[in-house]
Amino acid sequence: MLNSTLTELSAALAGRQLSSVELTSAFLNRIKELNPRLNAFITVDEGHSLAEAKASDARRAQAAAGPLEGIPIAHKDIFCTRGLRTTCGSRMLAQFDSPYDAHVIERFAAAGAVMLGKTNMDEFAMGSSNETSWFGPVRNPWDTGLVPGGSSGGSAAAVAARLAPAATGTDTGGSIRQPAALTGTCGLKPTYGVVSRYGMIAFASSLDQGGPLAKSAADLALLMNAMAGFDARDSTSLERPAEDYGRELNLELKGLRIGLPKEYFGDGLQPEVRARVEEAVRWFQGHGAKTVEIALPNTGLAVPVYYVIAPAEASSNLSRFDGVRYGHRAKDYSDLADLYRRTRAEGFGAEVKRRILIGTYVLSHGYYDAYYLQAQKIRRLIARDFAEAFRQCDLVMGPTSPTTAFALGAKADDPVQMYLNDIFTIPAPLAGLPGLSIPCGFDAAGLPVGLQIMGNYFAEAKMLGAAHRYQQATDWHLRVPAGTPL
Amino acid sequence: MAWEIVVGIETHAQLATKSKIFSGASTAFGAPPNTQASAVDIALPGVLPVLNGRVVELAIRFGLAIGATIAPRSVFARKNYFYPDLPKGYQISQYELPVVQGGSLDIVLPEGAKTIRITRAHLEEDAGKSLHEDFHGMSGIDLNRAGTPLLEIVTEPDLRGAKEAVAYARALHALVRWIEICDGNMQEGSFRCDANVSVRKAGDDRLGTRCEIKNLNSFRFMEKAIEFEARRQIGVLEDGGSIVQETRLYDPDRDETRSMRSKEDAQDYRYFPDPDLLPLVISEAEIERVRAGMPELPAAKSERFIAEFGATSYEASLLTATKATSDFFEECLARLLEINPARLGMTGTGLADAKRMYGSALGKGILNLLAAQLNRDGIEIEQSRVLPKDFAHIHARLIDQTLSAKAAQELFRVVWDMPPAATVDIDFIIQEKNLGQISDLGAIERIVDEVLAGNAKQVEDYRAGKDKAFNSLVGQVMKQSKGKANPAQVNEVLRRKLKG
Repeated sequence: MLNSTLTELSAALAGRQLSSVELTSAFLNRIKELNPRLNAFITVDEGHSLAEAKASDARRAQAAAGPLEGIPIAHKDIFCTRGLRTTCGSRMLAQFDSPYDAHVIERFAAAGAVMLGKTNMDEFAMGSSNETSWFGPVRNPWDTGLVPGGSSGGSAAAVAARLAPAATGTDTGGSIRQPAALTGTCGLKPTYGVVSRYGMIAFASSLDQGGPLAKSAADLALLMNAMAGFDARDSTSLERPAEDYGRELNLELKGLRIGLPKEYFGDGLQPEVRARVEEAVRWFQGHGAKTVEIALPNTGLAVPVYYVIAPAEASSNLSRFDGVRYGHRAKDYSDLADLYRRTRAEGFGAEVKRRILIGTYVLSHGYYDAYYLQAQKIRRLIARDFAEAFRQCDLVMGPTSPTTAFALGAKADDPVQMYLNDIFTIPAPLAGLPGLSIPCGFDAAGLPVGLQIMGNYFAEAKMLGAAHRYQQATDWHLRVPAGTPL
Repeated sequence: MAWEIVVGIETHAQLATKSKIFSGASTAFGAPPNTQASAVDIALPGVLPVLNGRVVELAIRFGLAIGATIAPRSVFARKNYFYPDLPKGYQISQYELPVVQGGSLDIVLPEGAKTIRITRAHLEEDAGKSLHEDFHGMSGIDLNRAGTPLLEIVTEPDLRGAKEAVAYARALHALVRWIEICDGNMQEGSFRCDANVSVRKAGDDRLGTRCEIKNLNSFRFMEKAIEFEARRQIGVLEDGGSIVQETRLYDPDRDETRSMRSKEDAQDYRYFPDPDLLPLVISEAEIERVRAGMPELPAAKSERFIAEFGATSYEASLLTATKATSDFFEECLARLLEINPARLGMTGTGLADAKRMYGSALGKGILNLLAAQLNRDGIEIEQSRVLPKDFAHIHARLIDQTLSAKAAQELFRVVWDMPPAATVDIDFIIQEKNLGQISDLGAIERIVDEVLAGNAKQVEDYRAGKDKAFNSLVGQVMKQSKGKANPAQVNEVLRRKLKG
């Protein structure tokens, strides 16, 4: 049961072989058993989850149910949830109870899904290792001495260790795809504007996008069907007809043009990562796909551009955390300025402060043109690179992350090394494009390697189709970490 | 040495919308603190702004009214600073690309009209209110006002002195109310002005260093503040000092401006385009739709009154001083033309002629009779206790000579003093109060005969060429009729009888 896909669980629930209460209890028990080791969840409320499961079983007894009815899903603690605290991985919001649900949460509730708990994350989604969380680091189920990636590391670890059949995440510069790669799970960052950001605590508004993490591409499609959709409360939400993200799961690979950006296969790529990705690409070639070498010449500028734009937006987005209306407030302060200073000094961790400082600097008078404006220009060049590339190919493939999971603390003191870990995942959000990561094998140490598939705007169904075809022929995605046996 | 005072005005006009600029919360004034602050206004984690379309429509209205360019694409930016009544830690405002660009407003001065150039008008949200009293060393925060839509209207430094500045502010105040984008309530802060004041030697074409004066919440304070500030600056310069660019606060109690913060303390607001909001794109079609719904503007209306009713330009300017006044006038005229047209002698003359005939007289009636009464009671024309339909009716009976001018005034006061909810029947009141004048020719002839018989001396004087005697005879007739005889008829009958 714990290793079943959503489709299988959905069938079992529909066939009454299983109730939502039984299913939810099974995962709650596994969380109880393994979470102390993994720290994948910040908040679990068994009573809350079981009540939702019971209500789901009652609904199912009354009427026909959708595919997610009764399925327990873990939510990244960046999504506001009424009834379960929403911390965003920060001391600032350690005790914050949201009076409203995020759009994504509403959508899953409407689909009948059960909220399994809130997963750990880098503080305010700022990090690539899940070490910046106020609630402690998440550990990689494949090797608990390693990081699971970030910032949706809790969600990825939860799915990898089968603490949850699926989870939500958010991706700003790779925060869904990179942890998916490092934990051997599947994660999709949709086209910007497809999933509403309402109720998703903002890191960098022009980049943030919610998306699913699961065991398979087919499961991602099911989750996207629930998550995606227009929301009038988010001005950047796109008003488009509803689509079935599973409609291209049987994608014809013959003639599919796969672009291989040479910049994604250069120096700095771990040889074993390169080998696994090339093997996956060869599998597609073997099934009729054509590969073309493409150029994304501005790839090297993506990380610096990202580390101007994202901190700039973050510095402003995080101004609301001032201790006045909600969240952490310093105990002793002498005046208003002191209240702000102490509250924010105590409430934010080092990485968040670093990014607020960078963001404040690049927006400052006299520096704005040189940094922020310049970064926006390069951002457009990066988008143009992709537009050019998608004239020559249908999908772009490459590694999700240059390395497999690294040791806890290995890069904690070297932010630039940490930032460079996102070199292959940062370009897609800068261009607003969708990207996904699926497992494509393991390195010699037994650590999973991620294959990244990027597509043009709204090409999610095609990307999922390619991934699904691959997963029909491989079982990397069904492997369970030895340390967390079923 | 003569000094020239140079003023530019920035006005925050609260746009008359039911809900806020980026949330659905109500904008109504005076609710208990924090009862009209939604999740978006409080800036809870995860909430996002959504632009209120009505706000854009009102901004377009303003742009059209001042002949400005409506930007096809404008951008909302974030102005970042920390303050407890600014929940997000930034204010959403338009910075580099405002929605209204250019345009002008004409003001009327004793020495003639002057055109004031408008630099720009941009949309932004208001902050909340900090309440420093009643909290014993703490401050209260009321976020009801946070997110209220504002249009900030900025002039070029085209105003010369306090009088011109006030004339501009009044004209702008009238305009925003006229086009119904702002209620203009200065006490409630719906219309707030800041003045940028500098001085320079007459003939100098460079601008002096300016100071911005805040807290000008009445036209009177604006005039006094600018006068004080200009005197202060001239004093400093004449003493050989120089002006420091700063923000100053007007204190009406002490009638002076005080330094609030200098340019050196100015914050770096780190403006950047708000990634939560798409650029505001306004199509030509949208502009045309708003244009089609625009009311006739004061200048056009005034010209029309002159052309249609032969109003003097002074009368026309008074009748178009506020939209309510011109609405009152136009409704009266419409009613007047409806009331018993045959009796008004309108058949055959045509509507345009009738308008010309009665419009002018009616306008004078409103400007004299009604204006005087409003002035006495200290109320606005919107609160007039005589409704346009009744004012028109009284006027109709004046025109058809049922009433003398004196009786019409009396009737007006009778109606004015009636209880607000009372049903008013003008013709019934004329009968009941016996206000109608005598227009029965036979009755008038009888009175005239009596007067002629009893005043042989005056008759003789008149026939000897003393015109004064005629007036005396008219007076006698009016007296005998207790003032009710139709004076025109009395004149006519008297002349006929004296001839014969």
